[in-house]
Amino acid sequence: MDILLQQIINGLVLGSMYALIALGYTMVYGIIQLINFAHGEVLMVGALTSWSVVGLMQESMPGAPGWAILILATLIACLVAAVLNFVIEKVAYRPLRNSPRLAPLITAIGVSILLQAIAMMIWRPSYKSFPSLLPTEPYQIGGAFITPTQIMVLGVTAVSLAILMWLVNFTRMGRAMRATAENPRVAGLMGVRPDMVISATFIIGAVLAVIAGVMLAMNYGTVYHTMGFLPGLKAFTAAVFGGIGNLGGAVIGGLLLGLIESIGSGYIGDLTGGVLGSNYTDIFAFVVLIIILTLRPSGLLGERVADRA
Amino acid sequence: MTTVKTDPKKTAWVIAGAIALIVLPFVLQMFGNSWVRIIDLALLYVMLALGLNIVVGYAGLLDLGYVAFFAVGAYLFGLLASPHLTQNFPAIAAMFPNGLHLSFWLVIPLALLVAAIVGMLLGAPTLKLRGDYLAIVTLGFGEIIRIFMNNLDQPYNITNGPKGISDIDSVHVFGVDLARSLTIGGFEIASVTLYYFLFLALVLITIGICARLQDSRIGRAWMAIREDEIAAKAMGLNTRNLKLLAFGMGASFGGVSGALFASFQQFVSPESFSLMESIMIVAMVVLGGLGHLPGVVTGALLLAALPEVLRHVAGPLQAMTDGRIDAAILRQLLIGLAMIVIMLMRPRGLWPSPEHGQSAQPDAAGTMPVSAQDNPPGVDFPADAAPGSTGVRQSAINP
Repeated sequence: MDILLQQIINGLVLGSMYALIALGYTMVYGIIQLINFAHGEVLMVGALTSWSVVGLMQESMPGAPGWAILILATLIACLVAAVLNFVIEKVAYRPLRNSPRLAPLITAIGVSILLQAIAMMIWRPSYKSFPSLLPTEPYQIGGAFITPTQIMVLGVTAVSLAILMWLVNFTRMGRAMRATAENPRVAGLMGVRPDMVISATFIIGAVLAVIAGVMLAMNYGTVYHTMGFLPGLKAFTAAVFGGIGNLGGAVIGGLLLGLIESIGSGYIGDLTGGVLGSNYTDIFAFVVLIIILTLRPSGLLGERVADRA
Repeated sequence: MTTVKTDPKKTAWVIAGAIALIVLPFVLQMFGNSWVRIIDLALLYVMLALGLNIVVGYAGLLDLGYVAFFAVGAYLFGLLASPHLTQNFPAIAAMFPNGLHLSFWLVIPLALLVAAIVGMLLGAPTLKLRGDYLAIVTLGFGEIIRIFMNNLDQPYNITNGPKGISDIDSVHVFGVDLARSLTIGGFEIASVTLYYFLFLALVLITIGICARLQDSRIGRAWMAIREDEIAAKAMGLNTRNLKLLAFGMGASFGGVSGALFASFQQFVSPESFSLMESIMIVAMVVLGGLGHLPGVVTGALLLAALPEVLRHVAGPLQAMTDGRIDAAILRQLLIGLAMIVIMLMRPRGLWPSPEHGQSAQPDAAGTMPVSAQDNPPGVDFPADAAPGSTGVRQSAINP
């Protein structure tokens, strides 16, 4: 029972990080139908930037409290990643708006390769340990433990989601985004500027990815130049899982994916009599994805995409 | 391809091309075998790209897990032509006291068949899916296969896990061992050059099959599905079987290519079959010119050879910057940059089929992105490519 509770906690923490990254994927997809392969790399750049800032601050201000350093580092990293994602969209995706669908996909792959190379130049291709800025003493809940970092992850995710939902559902910007996702041309006729909306979407996506990236770094204690790849892939899976283009779907998909992975890897050994071990963790995401999509071809909360009339 | 015209100009080009292809490895051999090796691997990628082109280019099904079939072929050859199975399974050792050394000529058709079956198995559950959903599911399949290859060393050692399978037999063609250099009349032909000719022959066969396929009823049907699946269905095409066929045929090329790769390297490990590899093959097809054979071949040659050529260029550049920029990093940087620049300059690929210029996109004049309503998720292609026809053709406009 304790193990189950522990795995649920771990799964929720993992899932909330997936959810944040998946939101960036799904927003971009909802508006311009692009699988943004570079999203994970933006996360990586953000996490590495925050690592540098943390290092600098710990050196220059030895007495500063951990949470203050963390907030400042995250803010700076968000700023860097937001500018980066804005530039990427403008340079690599915007000129290809009216090109065949696969063209921006390839530039996205190119951007992701490029960003990894640049990150290796700046930060060197080595694993770096991320200092623990919060207390490490875990709290006990029932028979399970939860660390302050994990509590922070859950809290920050909840707050970020609340802000995003407010932004999308109750502001002019959000209405413009929804209108653009629905039909950019008609939205343009109604006074929305689709280009601005798309830029804003990329900026918001970058901020969410960096928040997730810093939390990943805190949770696992390491940062490196390929750290964005697998979480990016999983988050994309989560977005598709929930029904791509649907914000609520991304959150539910992310959380479910985290739970499935965590509980699955905890029990796979027992279930298969030791034939499959926890080294098969990464398989769950994909197996579940395939089963879900076979049953519901447009994801859990996805609308049925209208076939061409 | 369908009609052999006796155009003297064309014949001259074909002959010149054939001579160039035959002479090429001998010229490269003079600069060192590593250059021939690069070409060999590039040829394998050409085969992979051609196979994927059937799935993505013709049938319009975006497959991000294509490397799985490459892996299936490679592991099949690895298992059937190396001591691995006999060492780990006494039952097999008892059956084959001299070790399992299946002939190359037996393994190639087997690889073709097994990969095709796997391709159809993977394709079957995805038939209902459209566009990007298909992409992520195929990506998932690719990863699942890789994870299994990586972990199937326990409790039964089937794939030898991350260590991979070594000591794979080389190819013997008519008694000639391609792993050893051949001496004819005092002139030595290096092993890599022998492989070059084998690969070249198979690539040419593949190109021939693809070219015929394009013009066949099946090829036309695939393109109809690519353009508008609903309309294709309404016209009486069995879209389910046709899609399965596309998956199967595309996969079979991947499987053959994989078997060749295993015998060429004499070693396979899961590392060669990462997701990045699948993505690179998609990039080859798209960069070159989706659905257009010369384009696909160009794209594959370019992306496969570019990193290796850059390896030779990056060294001096590194020296110029006082070794501050590592050669490997610089290489990666340039590849990423090249992909972006090529796509920005030629969004339809380096060598698109001529008809692709006449876009059927409804809002080509507008600057706004196309909404999901106009353009349901999927691989979009401007117009039906009619290969072979040189005259001006009415572009296929979506109903």
